[in-house]
Amino acid sequence: MALLQIAEPGLSAAPHQHRLAVGIDLGTTNSLVASVFSGETAVIRDHGGNALLPSVVRYLDPETEAIVGDAAKACQSDDPHNTLSSIKRLMGRDLRDVSNISDMPYAFVDATGMVSIKTRAGIKTPVEVSAEILRTLRLRAEAALGGSLVGAVITVPAYFDDAQRQATKDAAQLAGLTVLRLLNEPTAAAVAYGLDTASEGIFAIFDLGGGTFDISILKLSRGVFEVLATNGDAALGGDDFDQRIYEWILTATSLATPSPQDARRLLTLARSAKEALSTTTTTPITATLSDQRSICLTLSREKFDELCADLVARTLKPTRKALRDASLTVDDIKGVVLVGGSTRMLSIRSAVAEFFKQPPLTDLDPDQVVAIGAAMQANVLAGNRKGDEWLLLDVCPLSLGLETMGGLVEKIIPRNSPIPTARAQEFTTFKDGQTAMSVHVLQGERELVSDCRSLGRFDLRGIPPMVAGAAHIRVTFQIDADGLLSVSAREQSSGIEATVAIKPSYGLADNQIAQMLEDAYSGAEADMQMRMLRENQVEGRRLIDATEAALAEDGEKFLSPPERAAIAQHMHLLADIIETGGDDTIKSLKAACDALNQATQEFAGRRMDASVKNALAGQRLDDITAPNPVTA
Amino acid sequence: MSVTLTESAAKRVQTFLAKRGGIGLRVAVKTSGCSGMAYALEFADAADKDDLHFESHGVTLLIDPKSLPYINGTELDFVREGLNEGFKFNNPNVKNECGCGESFAV
Repeated sequence: MALLQIAEPGLSAAPHQHRLAVGIDLGTTNSLVASVFSGETAVIRDHGGNALLPSVVRYLDPETEAIVGDAAKACQSDDPHNTLSSIKRLMGRDLRDVSNISDMPYAFVDATGMVSIKTRAGIKTPVEVSAEILRTLRLRAEAALGGSLVGAVITVPAYFDDAQRQATKDAAQLAGLTVLRLLNEPTAAAVAYGLDTASEGIFAIFDLGGGTFDISILKLSRGVFEVLATNGDAALGGDDFDQRIYEWILTATSLATPSPQDARRLLTLARSAKEALSTTTTTPITATLSDQRSICLTLSREKFDELCADLVARTLKPTRKALRDASLTVDDIKGVVLVGGSTRMLSIRSAVAEFFKQPPLTDLDPDQVVAIGAAMQANVLAGNRKGDEWLLLDVCPLSLGLETMGGLVEKIIPRNSPIPTARAQEFTTFKDGQTAMSVHVLQGERELVSDCRSLGRFDLRGIPPMVAGAAHIRVTFQIDADGLLSVSAREQSSGIEATVAIKPSYGLADNQIAQMLEDAYSGAEADMQMRMLRENQVEGRRLIDATEAALAEDGEKFLSPPERAAIAQHMHLLADIIETGGDDTIKSLKAACDALNQATQEFAGRRMDASVKNALAGQRLDDITAPNPVTA
Repeated sequence: MSVTLTESAAKRVQTFLAKRGGIGLRVAVKTSGCSGMAYALEFADAADKDDLHFESHGVTLLIDPKSLPYINGTELDFVREGLNEGFKFNNPNVKNECGCGESFAV
């Protein structure tokens, strides 16, 4: 606890505000938002008390705001072309990537990169539609938490590729959210179950959502966890189970091609029937179609299990594969976490229990578990928790630094720093009047540039000419949560700046990283020697440069020819030693530097006296003795 | 129901009050911290009519009835931690504290 001081009445300082951050599960069927407040994590509900926001957006006309959620879902049957659902399947995809696209009653427009949909309000991309959902969640959270959000952690399936992740980020930006991090859904689920702190061992995260199936094998040890394997089916989810019931209804009523309205209505009925069968053994399906035909059917749990047996089996195939990829057997799995509303289906639960030979974890609401984990992560990333409780999710595998004089590496971000992170350090110029500086970005643990991996370089130009060492150049290394490094250099007095963005882990396999580390350990002693040598060489060169500059300026004035010759001799001696190199020259280098310093001491003293005299010339004594502060 | 001062805290407060004037020390809880609540410690020049009064080692503590449940049983200490010195709340109601230690939850 911080120590408090007594304040004047009414003037107690307000403590720094809680930084509002949320976790968002942007789902295919439903989306949720959760947050940590007063130390507790909970999903944020809307005014009606609903935690789930159906991921459905209805466009009315270009002037009116889109309707999102239940109100839009209710219109799905009546206005199928303008009411968009399961849009997550289209994120970052083009038309031919998407399965079952013919069952979506939308007017697709295939654009390069991503499919778009023609609606009453114009052509909408999946990014724009997702942004509507995210915006609704953001407003809900801001209303509930009473302030604007610092940022959000948004979850994505482990399977999402770069295009899909980027599309998700774009959608968040469009919705006015700052993305603190994109988090894999299984990771979020593990965090929610507290597996990161409470348990050690290997866990399986079985996530059957509305539109995607993911199985992830995570290894947890002391708060750090490692993804051993992921697998899944990007086009398998609760929607497919609905589809089966829907097809069964069509067959049972011999309805060949229902109108879009009827198709929507029947799909909605199919979904309700599926949900009902998790608690009852039979459920009625009744509806009146647009042609006044009425449907009256009864679906039993046995029939439903039979209809979907192959879908259930399809979840086990990737599961087996993930285990095999991780070189594990079912017996190695310590626990199974169920995620996604579709895991409420009894056929899924029993299949999972049978496969893993243990009942799965179901304490948390499978719909909420991902959002809760994301909220916990958001809370940490927003800086609301103690540093030592930092949840170590991602680290940068190797140190990052830049090249300094003498071919040495100055490390800016040490390895194993949790990301995102930013570090800055000040550098200066080496030569008088130096107007440009080359920033060479390096990765690795070794001391010499030649032993590290070059990531990129850029030049900072336009530095105002100054004497060596006077310029302040601040170099900032920043790694964002997605591992993207950006390096910027800024000269403080003139404000000139240069920046480069780099993907540091690009093209480096785990074993290469391991090799680089091993080299660093085995080469530690040699590296230290080499660093000392190079540092002394740099110091020597700096000394020679400074002496030369001084001689050129004042050599004639203050030095007799023999004195000059003596200094020149020491300079040549030092230059020779620098030239020779070799590990054994460190001592002689130091000695030569000292000798040159010694030889120029008298010269430096005379120069100093002269400049003091210059400074004082023509001034009255009063001006000088006035209390002018002496600057160091 | 009570809030107390340790002897060292009381001495400190008395020194302050002797220098500055005032009738006592106001201890309150504000609901605006990053983990829920935050303490407020102020000199008191006047008492509100709802204030509860506690005497501890000769110092009058003024606490508004809404704050009391959160800090009931608290002992206020004056401590030195490294270069820092200040008042520390030993509050038995606290369940959770934020990282910076500026606020707490019950």
